[in-house]
Amino acid sequence: MGRTHLYVLSGLLAVVGCAVFFYKFFVLGFPLKPEERTDVWRVEVQLQFEAAGGPAKASVFVPRRTGDLIIVDQSFVSPGYGIDTELQPGHGSRAVYSIRDARGTQALYYRAVVQPTRIRDETSRDPAPALQPPEFEGAQRVAAEGVVGMARQRSSDAATLASLIAKWLKEATPGGEAAFLLGPQPTTRRIATVAVELIQFAGVPARVVNGIALAPERRDAKFAHWLEFHGDGRWRPLYINESDRATPHQLLPWWRGSGPFAELAGGAELHHTISTRRSYELATRTALNQQRALERKLVEYSLFGLPLQSQALFRTLLVIPVGILLLVVLRNIVGVKTFGTFMPVLIALAFRQTGLAWGVLFFCIVVALGLAARFYLDRLKLLLVPRLASIVIVVILIIAMLTILSFKVGLERGLSIGLFPIVIMTMTIERMTLVWEERGAGEAFQQGLGSMAVGALCYLLMNLRIVEHLFFVYPELLLAVLAVTLLIGRYSGYRLTELYRFRVLAR
Amino acid sequence: MMNWFRTAALLERKGVLGINRRNAEYMLPSNPRHCYPLVDDKTLTKQLAAKAGVAVPELYGVIEIQRQVRALPRLLRKYQDFVVKPARGSQGDGIIVVTGRTRTRYRAADGSLLDDHDICFHVSNILSGVYSLGGQADRAMIEYRVNFDPVFEAITYRGVPDVRIIVYRGVPVMAMVRLPTRLSGGKANLHQGAIGTGVDMATGTTLTAVWRNEIVAEHPDTGNPVSGMQIPHWDTLIELAARSYELTGLGYQGIDIVLDRDKGPLILELNARPGLAIQIANRAGLRTRLEIVERDLPTLRSLADRVAFARERFAHSRPVHGKFR
Repeated sequence: MGRTHLYVLSGLLAVVGCAVFFYKFFVLGFPLKPEERTDVWRVEVQLQFEAAGGPAKASVFVPRRTGDLIIVDQSFVSPGYGIDTELQPGHGSRAVYSIRDARGTQALYYRAVVQPTRIRDETSRDPAPALQPPEFEGAQRVAAEGVVGMARQRSSDAATLASLIAKWLKEATPGGEAAFLLGPQPTTRRIATVAVELIQFAGVPARVVNGIALAPERRDAKFAHWLEFHGDGRWRPLYINESDRATPHQLLPWWRGSGPFAELAGGAELHHTISTRRSYELATRTALNQQRALERKLVEYSLFGLPLQSQALFRTLLVIPVGILLLVVLRNIVGVKTFGTFMPVLIALAFRQTGLAWGVLFFCIVVALGLAARFYLDRLKLLLVPRLASIVIVVILIIAMLTILSFKVGLERGLSIGLFPIVIMTMTIERMTLVWEERGAGEAFQQGLGSMAVGALCYLLMNLRIVEHLFFVYPELLLAVLAVTLLIGRYSGYRLTELYRFRVLAR
Repeated sequence: MMNWFRTAALLERKGVLGINRRNAEYMLPSNPRHCYPLVDDKTLTKQLAAKAGVAVPELYGVIEIQRQVRALPRLLRKYQDFVVKPARGSQGDGIIVVTGRTRTRYRAADGSLLDDHDICFHVSNILSGVYSLGGQADRAMIEYRVNFDPVFEAITYRGVPDVRIIVYRGVPVMAMVRLPTRLSGGKANLHQGAIGTGVDMATGTTLTAVWRNEIVAEHPDTGNPVSGMQIPHWDTLIELAARSYELTGLGYQGIDIVLDRDKGPLILELNARPGLAIQIANRAGLRTRLEIVERDLPTLRSLADRVAFARERFAHSRPVHGKFR
């Protein structure tokens, strides 16, 4: 009965999984492949604050006058709140969420679907604004006059003037006039603000633009800052960062001026998170357009119905079973030995953040230094738990050191080593020492490298875009994965390594 | 790829048992979970064996909590030689065999010298579960060091040779002698580099030997032939093995027996997850034998039946001398 039961169960799981998959694919028209050029973006703002218990009013800028991009669709999700939008000329438009009585943690959402457009936003040709030259005084005035005077001499029109000023500010040498105006350690925002003041000072209308970069998967997007100046009867963008200049169509202008993004009355601890992601909206929209109720429900109750932040989380979560399936195959059918059952999958997750080459390098460095520390600790004859705790501390120190070092050397990748599973690394180091002592260094290295190789394989599989896409769009495929895992659970044939181990018996 | 399938088919025909099948078809169904603690904790195994009147190495003391570690040197003062081992250890890890001592130092079987600090630290590690299955807190046992039977003198490099017998539902099915080598550091585990020789179940003489997955005829360190040797007390050994089923209730288990010069056969430990290397040592598949037992089990009523069955059915068909042909 045991076997039949298992076969029937896994057969059922596989059939259900595949049936839903085929239905969604053929009937609802969900995409099978991640589209290579998806130019649709979803942006989500989450506002959170602690309500004081009474009327509360939160206002937040929403994108308007978006240049090369167009807002296809937007929605405000805020249970119980009244919503109003007001226009603030010269800055943008604000959405105002208000409620009579709010208690506890409040979460408000704004969502927008953004798409590039060929027809430029007409607002860039709106009437020339009034010039508001800034009031510089004393030494600042002298410095400003110096910069502007030089820029005016070497430029022919508003565009060259503005870009010269921006360039000098960006390349400000310490002690110079530009550096004096900027102050110590200027941020992009500061550079943009000062540049706007100087350009206005030179008689050209200009303003700061705050926007976000549209990135495929960003859970905590930060605002980027650049500026606009008015020339030839329209507003023209001027980017401070080189990388922004290269990809202007991926910068979504949000609001103008230096006002705060969000404001709150009747609460405290206001903070916002912005997430962006490439959207599958268009592909699924065809499905949504079909009017049958069941189909609509199916879309509504899929992962697409979740807030963007959770969607990004589930993209990672849903590929873990694929890695685990590979691990099961490698352990039970191939017969690879690894430290700890699921350690390689966790390592693979860390590799997703660091990239494979850097991940392997960092892993080796951390384990090597950790082993050295562990062998030294061995002489102190510590008890197990304090010893493990010491290794955890050492591992964290190593990671901190590596992060600082690689950042100073200019490796952005280094910043993500912090995501390495610290406790897993510690246990790996501890077990490796034990194996080293009991079975010798050879065996320890063999198992250590084996674990890392399995981790790398899992990473390669889990990081395939098609895999990530398939399991996110069709999570029901996990049922099939479960079915296969169940079947392997009763696989009683030889492991590949056993064929080698028992080869003398096969003669 | 084709080659793999051919190897697999050949192994299948020879009835070689793989680890997946061992777990799925023998261990899981015939070893009830609640019986595991009896063999996983060697102090319990000892009590059990003592109750059944089976000889085990004498227990000098058990260290259960950290505080007792301080009193350890005083406990050890009485003994010239002893063995320290974790009660829940596996695969021979964490065992220290002390063969002699000076006033302040202990001489371990692998030749190294240890002092009180080293021993105490080792015991502390055992207590915190470094060597135990799943890392649970553990106890350390100090027990009698076996003075092995001189029969094995010529084919052992330090350490203690032992006899491992696989018992399925009370029927001994396969046996091997494990001989420590220099490579294994005096330990009798095959994967640590010890030699394993197959045993003829009928007579208790050793057959061919394997060392690191290769067939060998002589002990690599002493150069003496390891095959064709009679294991003393074989009658007792095979009976002990058959009785171990009633002792633990485990349908599929391995029993490790040492032969002491003075005290005869002693049960060293029982194992609910015995390894499969025994098949290489015997150049025979376990599965064939397990299936024979399964088929004929209803006819075996008494202990004597089971022993006689094992000796008759699992006898080696041809005599083997020295080198493997």
